[in-house]
Amino acid sequence: MSIAPEKVGRDEPHHGRNIAIIWAIATAIMVPVIIWVVGPHIPPGSLTDDTRAQHAVDVVLTALSIPLLMLVWVYLGYAVINFRADPASGTIVDGPPLRSNTRIQATWLIVSAVLVVGLAAYGTVDLLTENGAGGGQGSNPLAKPSDARSALQVQVIGQQWLWTFRYPGYGGVETAQLVLPVNREIEFHVTSLDVVHSFWAIELGVKADAVPGADNIAYVKIFRKGSFQVRCDELCGLWHGHMNTTGHIVSGSAFNSWIHATVTKYAAVTKYLPPYSLTYYPIPTRNAT
Amino acid sequence: MRVRLLAVAATFAALIALVAVYVVYFLESGPPAVAAVINRDGSASLTLQVVGSYGNHPFPDWVSYLVKDPSGKWRHTTIWKLPAHELVHVTVYQFDSQTGLRNNFLAQVRGTVGGVATYTDVGNTGKGSGLPPYNNTSLSVIPPSEPAHTFTVPDLDLSVPLVGISDSTSNVCAVAPCPMHFAHTTISFSFRTPGAGTYRWQCFVPCAFAFLYGFGGPMQTIGYMDGLLEVA
Repeated sequence: MSIAPEKVGRDEPHHGRNIAIIWAIATAIMVPVIIWVVGPHIPPGSLTDDTRAQHAVDVVLTALSIPLLMLVWVYLGYAVINFRADPASGTIVDGPPLRSNTRIQATWLIVSAVLVVGLAAYGTVDLLTENGAGGGQGSNPLAKPSDARSALQVQVIGQQWLWTFRYPGYGGVETAQLVLPVNREIEFHVTSLDVVHSFWAIELGVKADAVPGADNIAYVKIFRKGSFQVRCDELCGLWHGHMNTTGHIVSGSAFNSWIHATVTKYAAVTKYLPPYSLTYYPIPTRNAT
Repeated sequence: MRVRLLAVAATFAALIALVAVYVVYFLESGPPAVAAVINRDGSASLTLQVVGSYGNHPFPDWVSYLVKDPSGKWRHTTIWKLPAHELVHVTVYQFDSQTGLRNNFLAQVRGTVGGVATYTDVGNTGKGSGLPPYNNTSLSVIPPSEPAHTFTVPDLDLSVPLVGISDSTSNVCAVAPCPMHFAHTTISFSFRTPGAGTYRWQCFVPCAFAFLYGFGGPMQTIGYMDGLLEVA
């Protein structure tokens, strides 16, 4: 098999135009499909204000990726069909040499820059307008919900390998169960007693690192009753994979009943708890050595 | 060309075999499972001891649990077989000294029958708090400075703090299994097993001396202060 010298047929179809037309049609079909058909099934759902915000971002980003995906696939398919070597000829025909194209390069750079800066701005605005979108904001949140003052405060305490929860509005009672009321702003204060963990309430769309000596605040408002899974999302030792629990979302009245029963149930041990504090490090570690 | 291909294939096969051997070894190298004693009424009895230093190969200075098998012999394993949906009567002979809890919430007895455990000091010279020794005392909460260890099964919401012996006690066991004439605390409680499954348990007291935050070594090793309940 030999490589023939440059041989460009003048009767070649206008491949660039053909690819652009096919790409435009595929994109015009697939973007609405992604937004309205696939979109509703993209995680993490609509249980909370955070998951709704995250879901909107997921749909937007997925839809924005479609034109590029279509470009790659269309070009690949077009090339496979149209640029195959003719097996009968026994030769490989090389294409014309590529020279720099200022217009294409400029377009590529400008589109890339606009995409990156635009998405960064979109993400920043979204974080600020969506109360942090479920992420931990540190001890001094920039994005607070309007009803933050009336929020139910729940402290999330990570330790190897257990989550416990304190309710400072109810005498600082601590429990291994996470029960939350529906339709009320929740203010999580996430911390750790030993190593770094990460509090991930999956269906709530909340994820905040639990760092010893740090108070990491995250907000969420839940719209429906049900249950959700809590995982640790930071590799933290032997039982990291088992550091999970199931949280429950109940009505306001059911929450009041539960929290008062819990306060009574744990009254004796509550006396032994340290006064409620945003962090407990390094005092707990003094026992260790 | 064929020789080269064969060499590559043979090398690849050897690597796969090595990985397979390692995986099988890893899966089979854990401590054995020991069954609890099954009583006539279908309930089970589980007898444990906790020692401050195992005293044997390979980690003689590591804190550890041991279990008594149905023949009455102490075995060094933390994987225990229990019947499903049955009452389990647990007796723990706790020979280690007090460390105290990192999280005082774990001073609460949870998930046992009646929400209590029964504590008895044996050969203990008294508590650092100055309180008299326990004598078959049922408690739902103990002072957070007293535990040497906990027996906690998070998935069952079961947790029992295990009171340690006083630091001033001289009659301390250093090599497992510990005979009963050494100072210890006897803790007994009962709980009901759930359906079949494997449930992890662990100690929550940072009791691994000389490890970072007291939570390395034996605290991260099945066979010492972590284990599994194989409920079937």
